Amino acid sequence: MQLFSSLWLWKLSCKGIIRTTTGQRHLKHTHTCFRKPQHKHLQRDQLQNSEDYWERRRRTIGLKEWDHARLSDPDWVCAGSAGLDAVGIWFRECTHDREEGTQSEDLRSAMGEFKVHRVRFFDYMPSGIRALAFNQDTERMAVARMDGSVEVFHCSDRFFQEKIIPGREQCGIEGLSWVGERLFSAGLNGGITEYDLTNQKVKYTIDAYGGPIWTITGNQQGTHLAVGCEDGTVKLFEVNEDQIQFERNLDRQKSRIISLSWHPSGSKIAAGMMDMIQVFNVETGHSIHRMLADRGAGTSRSKECVVWSVVYLSDGTIITGDSVGMVKLWDDQTGTLIKSHNVTKCDVLALSVSQNEDSLVAGTSEGIVVQFQFVSMVLEKDDKEWVRTRTFRNHTHDIRAVAEITTAVVSGGMDAQLVVRPLLDKIEVRSAASALRKIHFPHRRLVSCARKSGLMLFQYPGHLELWRLGESEGKGTPGSSLFVKRNPEKLLQLKVKGEDHIRCSAVSPCGGWIVYSTASTLRLYRLHCDNNNISITKISKLPKVLSSANQLCFSSDSSHLFSASAQSSVHIASLSQSGCKFVGTLKPKSGSHQAIHLLAASEDGKWLASANSDHEVHIYNLQTQKAHCTVPVYSSAVTAMGIHPATNCLFMMHADQQMFEYSIEQKQYTDWSRTVQRKGLHRFWVERDTPCLNVMFNPQNPSHVILHDMYMLCIIDQSLPLPDDKTQFYNQLTLKSLTEEQRKSQSHAFKVCKTFKDILCVELMPDQSLVVVERPLEDIATQLPAPIKQKKFAT
Amino acid sequence: MVETSDIRVVRCGGSKVNLTPPIISSDSRFVLCTSGDLVKVYSTRTEEWLHSLQGHTNQVTGITLNPANHLQVYSCSVDGTVKLWDFIDGILIKVQLVSGLCVSACPECFQLVSVHLPKSAEQEVEAKEMSAVSSHISKNPSCTAFGRGVRVHFFFFLVFSLKATDKKGAKNAFTCIACHPTDDCIATGHEDGKIRLWRNFIHKKEYTYSTQHWHHNAVNTLCFTPEGTHLLSGGIESVLVQWQYGADNRKEFLPRLGGSILHISASSDGQLFCTSHSDNKITVIESSFKVCGVIQGLVKGDAVLTDLMIDPRSKALVLNGKPGHLQFYSLLRDKHLYNLDIVQQEYIYEAGLDQFEVVKAAFDIKGSWLATVEERGKKSSDLEFFLKLWAFDERTQSFVLNTTITAAHTDRIISMCFSSSEETTMLVTAAEDSQFKAWCQGADDQNFWSCDFVGSYHKLNPTNCSFSADSSLLAVSFQEVITIWSPDTWEMLTTLCQPPGVIRDLCFGRLSCSKYLLGTTTKNLLCCWNLLTCELEWSTSVDVSKLQPDPFSENVAAFSYQSKHTDLFVFKPSEPRPLFTNKNVCSEKVHRAVFVPREEPLNSCDESTQWLNRSQLYFLTQNMDLLTFSTATEEDRMLSSSKQLVIDDSVAVTPFYLLLGKHRQQQQKLNTQSHPVSDKPQQTQGSLLHTPAHVLPAASVLCSMFVNSFLISNTGVQQDPLSPLRVKTLVNFPKLMKYELLYL
Repeated sequence: MQLFSSLWLWKLSCKGIIRTTTGQRHLKHTHTCFRKPQHKHLQRDQLQNSEDYWERRRRTIGLKEWDHARLSDPDWVCAGSAGLDAVGIWFRECTHDREEGTQSEDLRSAMGEFKVHRVRFFDYMPSGIRALAFNQDTERMAVARMDGSVEVFHCSDRFFQEKIIPGREQCGIEGLSWVGERLFSAGLNGGITEYDLTNQKVKYTIDAYGGPIWTITGNQQGTHLAVGCEDGTVKLFEVNEDQIQFERNLDRQKSRIISLSWHPSGSKIAAGMMDMIQVFNVETGHSIHRMLADRGAGTSRSKECVVWSVVYLSDGTIITGDSVGMVKLWDDQTGTLIKSHNVTKCDVLALSVSQNEDSLVAGTSEGIVVQFQFVSMVLEKDDKEWVRTRTFRNHTHDIRAVAEITTAVVSGGMDAQLVVRPLLDKIEVRSAASALRKIHFPHRRLVSCARKSGLMLFQYPGHLELWRLGESEGKGTPGSSLFVKRNPEKLLQLKVKGEDHIRCSAVSPCGGWIVYSTASTLRLYRLHCDNNNISITKISKLPKVLSSANQLCFSSDSSHLFSASAQSSVHIASLSQSGCKFVGTLKPKSGSHQAIHLLAASEDGKWLASANSDHEVHIYNLQTQKAHCTVPVYSSAVTAMGIHPATNCLFMMHADQQMFEYSIEQKQYTDWSRTVQRKGLHRFWVERDTPCLNVMFNPQNPSHVILHDMYMLCIIDQSLPLPDDKTQFYNQLTLKSLTEEQRKSQSHAFKVCKTFKDILCVELMPDQSLVVVERPLEDIATQLPAPIKQKKFAT
Repeated sequence: MVETSDIRVVRCGGSKVNLTPPIISSDSRFVLCTSGDLVKVYSTRTEEWLHSLQGHTNQVTGITLNPANHLQVYSCSVDGTVKLWDFIDGILIKVQLVSGLCVSACPECFQLVSVHLPKSAEQEVEAKEMSAVSSHISKNPSCTAFGRGVRVHFFFFLVFSLKATDKKGAKNAFTCIACHPTDDCIATGHEDGKIRLWRNFIHKKEYTYSTQHWHHNAVNTLCFTPEGTHLLSGGIESVLVQWQYGADNRKEFLPRLGGSILHISASSDGQLFCTSHSDNKITVIESSFKVCGVIQGLVKGDAVLTDLMIDPRSKALVLNGKPGHLQFYSLLRDKHLYNLDIVQQEYIYEAGLDQFEVVKAAFDIKGSWLATVEERGKKSSDLEFFLKLWAFDERTQSFVLNTTITAAHTDRIISMCFSSSEETTMLVTAAEDSQFKAWCQGADDQNFWSCDFVGSYHKLNPTNCSFSADSSLLAVSFQEVITIWSPDTWEMLTTLCQPPGVIRDLCFGRLSCSKYLLGTTTKNLLCCWNLLTCELEWSTSVDVSKLQPDPFSENVAAFSYQSKHTDLFVFKPSEPRPLFTNKNVCSEKVHRAVFVPREEPLNSCDESTQWLNRSQLYFLTQNMDLLTFSTATEEDRMLSSSKQLVIDDSVAVTPFYLLLGKHRQQQQKLNTQSHPVSDKPQQTQGSLLHTPAHVLPAASVLCSMFVNSFLISNTGVQQDPLSPLRVKTLVNFPKLMKYELLYL
């Protein structure tokens, strides 16, 4: 019975549900078996809530429209598809919305001429940010998104996205909490999840049996977790060595618990609820104080005031943010209101206090972060007050989570970007590492490219898309658009079986194989492409070791599949017409067991390099299937790497924008790499704020290395001198105006092209053409739900 | 003629009262403000001008209360002195000479007095500008702040500067600053309308600020209330905004205050606020955000586009006032009378908008008609203008719109004048469409105005038009040619031409010199034609910027501008040599001047001052200073009359008080004649007037006693002739006498 109850509620909350009559009918139709009398009053309760409340819920959950949500829900669509993976095979001739899809352009620089496929048909939609949790000791920021995925960013390593744990369908995470180095989450499905951060997967999920969970928080001592449930209970869980154990409930309240905060001593808990705040004594489990939050004035009087967020300070001050738009300060001794700040007309959704409790940030649904500071009003006197100080406007939509870390304010919300706003008064030296940073895209590759057959594989959370690139004809001047002879076409849409989202995927260079892996399964398909007839067959009997992978990669001749799995090991499987055969496992000699996030195979099929989250890079000899060597560990994470086809040197890019070239055969850094380290990189290069995502080599010109990040494409000519801080870094325009002779003396190794923006992937094709996959941020913005309407002056 | 020393140029009434923030005395009874060379003292309750502190010989640039004695006030002036006054009695106590430093702080008071010792005439102007630098100063002696351009320096225990970061497009230069009276908090106003509250600035790096934004244009002024609970701000929007300190987005507004707010000051008890506005106005506001008094000076906009005129009925000076209005200003009483709304459209307080402005105005000889021209679109190509005619309504005692002519001409009206005859009123307008038109009131049944005649001359653009004193001739100048027309037959009588140069100004002589026509040209020539012979009588080479005939004598005043100063010549057209010359009247160009008839003529026999006997010459400089000439005898008389005022300490000097006091003196005389018992009702009356209403006994008890106090005992004494007068004053001053009227 209890199981049914939680399931039903979870459906309720995830889809938001039952607002419209059609939605209700739908629920009736599919879930008649769950409709038990005991739920009736609950449903009525929900319906009685005003429409506005549900509108707010809809926004916070991140759905465009209720009906739309239902339709796009894969659960309903899948109902009839009888477990087939391939839902449909698509033949696209020329559709209008894709017209700008492939633009072929010439990119002619001093370094040569490229034909560019400008790809804009990858409709990647980042998911909104729901929760943030900062770990002071390890300097890691955990981010939970609407689609249930959890990411871990390394704050002191330029906010590199170290770990990604993909989400599942319908697991709405509502809260995240660190306990020591362990990460817990809880969500509307009523379960508490612990993550295995080493292997980047869910460790276990246990049900709290209290209905949907709205909040989870651990105490500072690291002994207990408290969760706030829909049924009005605060449940305490004891954190054990390997599991968590339910301990007891605090006094049950009538309405749901929206937010929780421990007193730093761990003896008291403040809970934000509908219209009130309760303070509990953890020892006895009884409520000490009950403080009523005011509802809004006028028409909003009838609406409940939701205490979205609560913070308990060590001096006994309780700070709350509520749906009326107030940040209120309460005294826990007397249970009275000390001061209230009207921050916004809408909701204050998130609060976060700094480590030394002298600064507080509040995120609102208008997309504004407001800072409060604990400042002494008169010099050399101790009577300090909380005063509202700065305002940060970096978001367009609701801010669902904020966190104040040592030197910055981190905020995230419905507009799916993670904004790191530095606090300049806390920073000693201003540098690139302390600049304002907006993270839009994952620091992983979502696109793989079959270079030899011109196919692109796009990875969405729930499906894969295979596209064939278009063709162009004629020649044009640099910068002009070419006539498109053949439009790009979508060959295949592959839907994931099961509820897990895709972790990684790859298409083989020949275009004959597609592989993807979720947290639980790995699937390999054989692709037959015969003119316009496309068919795929699933390889049914896979070796047992290939059950799940952290990273996938094909060898350059498409004969082998490399799959990174647990313990930093790589499994090799050989591919043939008949099927897939396990060949062997590559294991590092020593070192950490962190999951591998990058794989690179050499062109000649002799070497394989793997990089894991502990910054280790191992090189394996594929012929002997033994570990060859380990690159000296650098302090910053590897963001991209590639093996040079001619010299077999491993080229690595790091999160702090440093680059290394390591000769595999000689097991040492190359001379060029040593020169780079000795002379240092140009200031402008080091100050870029997005990591490089791909390393390519130009077979026509072996001294060229092609790199890209989100904003630019760069060609490094290893034969030219390196720029020092005095030389002009972006010098293409200057070079153009110079004569041939002068050009030689002026040019340096870095050629930067900023023609393309918001780049997800750049790939060099064998015919000397570049594929640039762009995802303009404006397109993402148009697909987001409408933000709260704000009156602007003079409009 | 030798320049005589007994005529000097004085700043007359209508000086700026908004140059510096006004101050309110600590008992909230008086408002002090600088006004030209004077410091004026007004009553906060009756808005009445009580007296002025006279003594500075140049522009007063700042005043502040003496913190040691709240009945004294310091004033500083461009003349290089700092003076200490008793402002209730108007007595000068001390004079300090400040010299040497460019900026020096007065040791006793905490206001930065910016004094500049001029070395030459030009630097004096600079000093005036610099005086605006001085600003709101915290009472805390350890904290002094002043803003200058884009940098704000905080002098605390350590000195450091905050630079306004010039981001692209962001206009965050500092415009004003105010210190919190108790907390370590500084408020700064910015050019883009934001207000920032800085805190923690004693630590070099950990300073923090919060930003508020309501004003859409630059914040002109900021002021904390004395307790520091509120912050007041004002700007061009002419809305006084009150921010609650601490709860920053709670704010109150007091809109529609008039011109843009330049300064705000608060009384020391926080009960009253004063705002001074760009239209030369001081508004007294209660702490409950109600306007309780308006002290209006002569409104000076950015430019006076109309001529200075004298309303023939009220003898008031008429010129541009509030945007779109004409103001009537009594020069004798130095008081703003009223505004006449000409444009009758809402004025939007925002910079850079093209709005209707009154550019021309003219009265007929009797003052029963007023013609106005309003236009907009000076900068853009599409000019829009209206000619309006207003009739004086005897019943309402004001002008009523009679006719609006939308397309009087096809191009801008250059000049406009009424005929000067008593019988028929005729208006002549000359415009850039090379035509001049005569407008007459229609036949008996039609009382609106219509066009009577259109004249032109060789398609030349007219530049000026003028009627002769008896209206028998109309002179219209077309570029270099003057044409003389007969208004009766509309026949061109003759043309006068004296090349080279375009005619700039034109006027007929008066009285005995009415046969002369005077004209000035752009080639610096002043010509005088004899209309009987149609010949040039005389001409002289002088660059005349303004020619102004005196309507009561033959005299004509000519202002000439050369080498950075203006000279004045007064002459009779019939005589070749001037009656009076005054070199270096002022340093700017003079474009507007007017002769104002005196109430009672002076009988000075001195030849040089004779021309001032019947009327007084006022002129307006480019700096918008209204100046006049005064003679020594006049000043003596003024001085002697002001000394007659004996002022009671306890009561604000109002006309009501003066009346009552006079009456009291008289009655005291009467009382001493009769018996001393009749002092008693006098006391009753006084106690009634001075005791707050809520501590008085019931009205029924008091009523009979109060009425009795007004009755004169019959015992042998005559009826007091003043008692009806007293009732009249009661009616005239309802504000003070409210309770008493109810009882009666």
